[in-house]
Amino acid sequence: MNDWQPSASIEQLRQRARLYRQVRAFFTEREVMEIEAPVMGAATVTDPFIDSVTAQCAGRSYYLQTSPEFAMKRLLAAGAGAIYSLGKVFRNGERGRKHNPEFTLLEWYRPGWNDHQLMREVEALVLRVLPGLTVTYLSYREWFERHLGLDPHRATAGQLAALARERINIEAGEEDRDFWLDLLVTHELEATLGPGLTFVYDYPESQAALARLATDAEGQTVARRFEAFIGSMELANGYWELTDASEQRRRFEADQDKRRKLGLPQYPVDEKLLAAIDAGLPDSAGVALGMDRLLMCLTGASSIAEVLAFDVNRL
Amino acid sequence: MATYSINDFRVGLKVMLDGDPCNIVENELVKPGKGQAFNRVKLRNLKTGRVWERTFRGSENLDGADVADLDMDFLYSDGEFWHFMEPTTFEQHQADKAAVGDAAKWLKEQDKCVITLFNGAPLAVTPPNHVELEVVETDPGLKGDTAQGGTKPATLSTGAVVKVPLFMNQGDVVRVDTRTGEYLGRASKD
Repeated sequence: MNDWQPSASIEQLRQRARLYRQVRAFFTEREVMEIEAPVMGAATVTDPFIDSVTAQCAGRSYYLQTSPEFAMKRLLAAGAGAIYSLGKVFRNGERGRKHNPEFTLLEWYRPGWNDHQLMREVEALVLRVLPGLTVTYLSYREWFERHLGLDPHRATAGQLAALARERINIEAGEEDRDFWLDLLVTHELEATLGPGLTFVYDYPESQAALARLATDAEGQTVARRFEAFIGSMELANGYWELTDASEQRRRFEADQDKRRKLGLPQYPVDEKLLAAIDAGLPDSAGVALGMDRLLMCLTGASSIAEVLAFDVNRL
Repeated sequence: MATYSINDFRVGLKVMLDGDPCNIVENELVKPGKGQAFNRVKLRNLKTGRVWERTFRGSENLDGADVADLDMDFLYSDGEFWHFMEPTTFEQHQADKAAVGDAAKWLKEQDKCVITLFNGAPLAVTPPNHVELEVVETDPGLKGDTAQGGTKPATLSTGAVVKVPLFMNQGDVVRVDTRTGEYLGRASKD
């Protein structure tokens, strides 16, 4: 029996410790306060494609948090100011070369900032750790237009489906636009990204999640949401945060509708988060960055198991 | 047979797809943080040997394929069927031409092969990686020519034709890699 051994080398563990020191120094310099969010929550995200792990405690069910977002927004509403969290999060069923159901997320919030200011700070942090990376900014629309020749905001589900079916072997029936957009992003567009750091911004309105909506230069309603990639690997997801509680409630309910249609379990809406937003979530931008993936880039690891002391297969 | 959801997919899993048994040779979860999860899978069709890529999504399930690889001894061919025996149980199986395929030209009696059974019947035959076979026909050897470089075709006892060095003669035994069809060396006669 050799499976008591860690999945990461001791050198990998050293690299992780060093990375955490660099990250904490970065935020200390910038006067962003480290906070600890609870791992258990009475509620969880309603995202149709994020599934939570449940835990039993004193006869009650809790959800292990899929990100510290809801707790951090309650802290923002309570006046915490600029804050970051470096901790474990859990996503049920996600395992693979780039996924482990338990992973480490670095999440931070900047009151008074917008998404573009925050992208610059993500850039500064990543370059601190990985100096010399080339950096590219492109909108979600440019990404699609350049490589697939269509406008992702205006194309119909039928047009996206026809394009996807030409290129990808999948059995699919009548699917919504987001299905085809996700399929094209993961199978066609991620591979087009260069080896450096790329920011993709202005996501489709239907993929706003917790970001506010705005009108772009072409008069199109877009979500002020961005993603960062290193090479073709997704690294971070950020928002210029939605601060309208009734709009947030409407989106949670739309998520629950979608979950119902897909036959997925129903999770309660986080009323404490909505109450905090209603009490006054300051205008802010926030981002979550996968530390394990950043470590993979830093050390050239080809699978997430190589950077985890014990991946899910060694538990 | 069991049913597998895409979370159960792993390399080596045998599943039924479009009516044929397939082996998963690559499996990657692709999932945008907020988006739909897909599994990008490469499968080998165990009947045709063809490998292709297919994408599956969260809700899909596949039936397992009743496929097993067993070591067996090759007994003989009667022209229509190739007969094999499990060395521990002495149970015999007969494989037809479609199952034996290209392996036929490497099969020598008593050699150990891997037989892939699908629903209990031979689906594919994998010969040993290395076989030793007698040369039954080739141009006469050039005496003293052991220099590197020159080769000539030689027909082996099983009908396979391989390139051998010029000094080889009829009746010599050669060692051949069945995966590449390459001559590896001269083997001593028993």
